[in-house]
Amino acid sequence: MGEVSGPPAVQRPAVYLRGLVKRYQEVEAVRGIDLDVAPGETFGFLGPNGAGKSTTIKILCTLVAATSGTARVAGFDVATERDAVRQHIGLVFQEPTLDTYLTGEQNLRFHGELYGVDRSSAAARREEVLRMVGLWERRGDPVETYSGGMRRRLEIARGLLHSPRVLFLDEPTIGLDPQTRASIWDYLHELHRGEQITVFVTTHYMDEAENCDRIAIMNEGRIVALDTPGSLKAAVGHDRVQITTADDHAAIEALRDRFGLDAAVREGTVTMAVADGASFVPQLFAGLGTAIRSVTVTRPSLDDVFLAHTGSTIRDAEQPRGMANPVVAAMARGR
Amino acid sequence: MSTNTVAAVRVPTGGLAHQARAALVVWQREMIRFGKDRTRIVSSLVQPLLFLFVLGVGLSSIVSAGNGSVGFTTFLFPGVLALSVLFTAAFSGISMVWDREFGFLREMLVAPVSTTAILTGKCFGGATVATLQSLILLALAGLVGVPYSPVLLLTLVGLLFLMAFMITALGLVLAARVKRVESAMPMVQLIITPLMFLSGALFPLSGLPTWLAVLTNLNPMTYAVAPMRTAVFDQLDVDALTRATLDPGIVWNGWAVPVAMQVAIVAASCVVLLAAAVARFTRTE
Ligand SMILES: Nc1ncnc2c1ncn2[C@@H]1O[C@H](COP(=O)(O)OP(=O)(O)OP(=O)(O)O)[C@@H](O)[C@H]1O
Ligand SMILES: [Mg+2]
Repeated sequence: MGEVSGPPAVQRPAVYLRGLVKRYQEVEAVRGIDLDVAPGETFGFLGPNGAGKSTTIKILCTLVAATSGTARVAGFDVATERDAVRQHIGLVFQEPTLDTYLTGEQNLRFHGELYGVDRSSAAARREEVLRMVGLWERRGDPVETYSGGMRRRLEIARGLLHSPRVLFLDEPTIGLDPQTRASIWDYLHELHRGEQITVFVTTHYMDEAENCDRIAIMNEGRIVALDTPGSLKAAVGHDRVQITTADDHAAIEALRDRFGLDAAVREGTVTMAVADGASFVPQLFAGLGTAIRSVTVTRPSLDDVFLAHTGSTIRDAEQPRGMANPVVAAMARGR
Repeated sequence: MSTNTVAAVRVPTGGLAHQARAALVVWQREMIRFGKDRTRIVSSLVQPLLFLFVLGVGLSSIVSAGNGSVGFTTFLFPGVLALSVLFTAAFSGISMVWDREFGFLREMLVAPVSTTAILTGKCFGGATVATLQSLILLALAGLVGVPYSPVLLLTLVGLLFLMAFMITALGLVLAARVKRVESAMPMVQLIITPLMFLSGALFPLSGLPTWLAVLTNLNPMTYAVAPMRTAVFDQLDVDALTRATLDPGIVWNGWAVPVAMQVAIVAASCVVLLAAAVARFTRTE
């Protein structure tokens, strides 16, 4: 098909954003984003409800026009090269976009024709993506008979049908059971290896974000942090240590007097934040003076990262302010 | 090649063949959905049949058509064909509201094809469905004294298809603004009723008071019904007076509009309405 000779597209950022702003009447959904996503990267976009994740994706896939700023996808400008952008991206929206009267395969056939997929290879490609998401046996059934997870998998298969360079997934795992969520991430990893595709995914689930090469944390229309999950967590710098003891009160006093730590009872455990949990535990046993029944050391999670950057946990940020877990909040302040 | 040429990359989009493929698959989807929806096929035939056999037979005792050589149901037949197409095609067009509600509209609108291709496919789909449905009515021609002449049948099918395309496009124009599924059916009623009553489908256009004549002349459906009726009357053996009463054609301020021009007006309406629908859908989302 009409590919160019010349510099391979792979050299250009898969997603390139400069000063991106989107204003709806009174709401400023996106307030100036700069971002480069490298080809082949799995990039996570994290943030609470209303952060502007979907709006950013809609701009990138040419569905809404930006108020100002530049956005390029696979090297094409979303404002001036609309069809080229569309040809090179796969989309899975937050809301379902399947025709439930049609069968799974008919939905894919429709998509292939709409995207001008080469007829000679279309059938083989349909089989390939349907097998990948485990729907080949169900291909002849109307989508209305599919479960929520199957529909989501079908949408992912459809998004891949025309071999896009960049796959946008807006909360692909929302409302799915843990097993299905895990299997969707398995497909995404497989894609990453097999097709060198760039994956741009938004999610609310912190544990899922760990699957990404890099993540951006978005809050109120801005990117407040951007790095690998490991570096982001390292930057928080605190482990959480939780112990159950014979006498919590005495333990808290001992921690304050002997270790200079500010501990509190949370959810039935004495909880504290320390720089290096693993090396702290032996000192704790040696010096606490109160019998310890159990110890849990938690490495910082992306929840903690989110908290450190936004002042609330991702769940709390979706609720009215002021409900953040005090211990976690204290840990975040302690950085 | 230098990086400067990157902006000029030709991806396989925008080509006429690609657009045609997109339109074709949208059309195919309408066919698949039509084939699956048997109840819709049957239920949308009920209304035209009631008009033809209940209204038609009921009124024929008081309506003495000319010297009685033409039955009222015979007169009504082309009008009822048009009504059946009106109901089905208007629904096809407005069904885009459901496509929006269930998200499928977005799947179509983010594809690398023009909105024109998608809506053209939709109009051809609506027109095909409506025309197929009217074939069932057409098969009843003999019952109401309309001869099964191949030329007549082909002419009627062609005109019905053209009219159905126009009405589907009109339905699309309205669907672009209706965001809520609950408002869709009232909207269908809102367009169907005036179009139906002001088209000459149910009564002859001869001797109307001026206000009614003006309104019928403004209705694009009038220009689809009149040629169909003329085609039917061409096959009947009737005296000039009866024909002038029941098939007066369309008169603009004393000038008889030729049949070819009537058909051209319908064709032009198809183009204008389709263009309006494209403009509206391009602006929303
Ligand atoms: N079409 C619209 N008209 C007006 N405001 C809008 C529109 N779409 C989004 N917004 C507003 O823009 C802001 C960002 O919305 P967006 O959908 O991008 O959030 P999100 O990060 O995807 O949230 P979620 O996690 O709930 O999906 C919100 O305040 C929302 O109300
Ligand atoms: Mg969203």
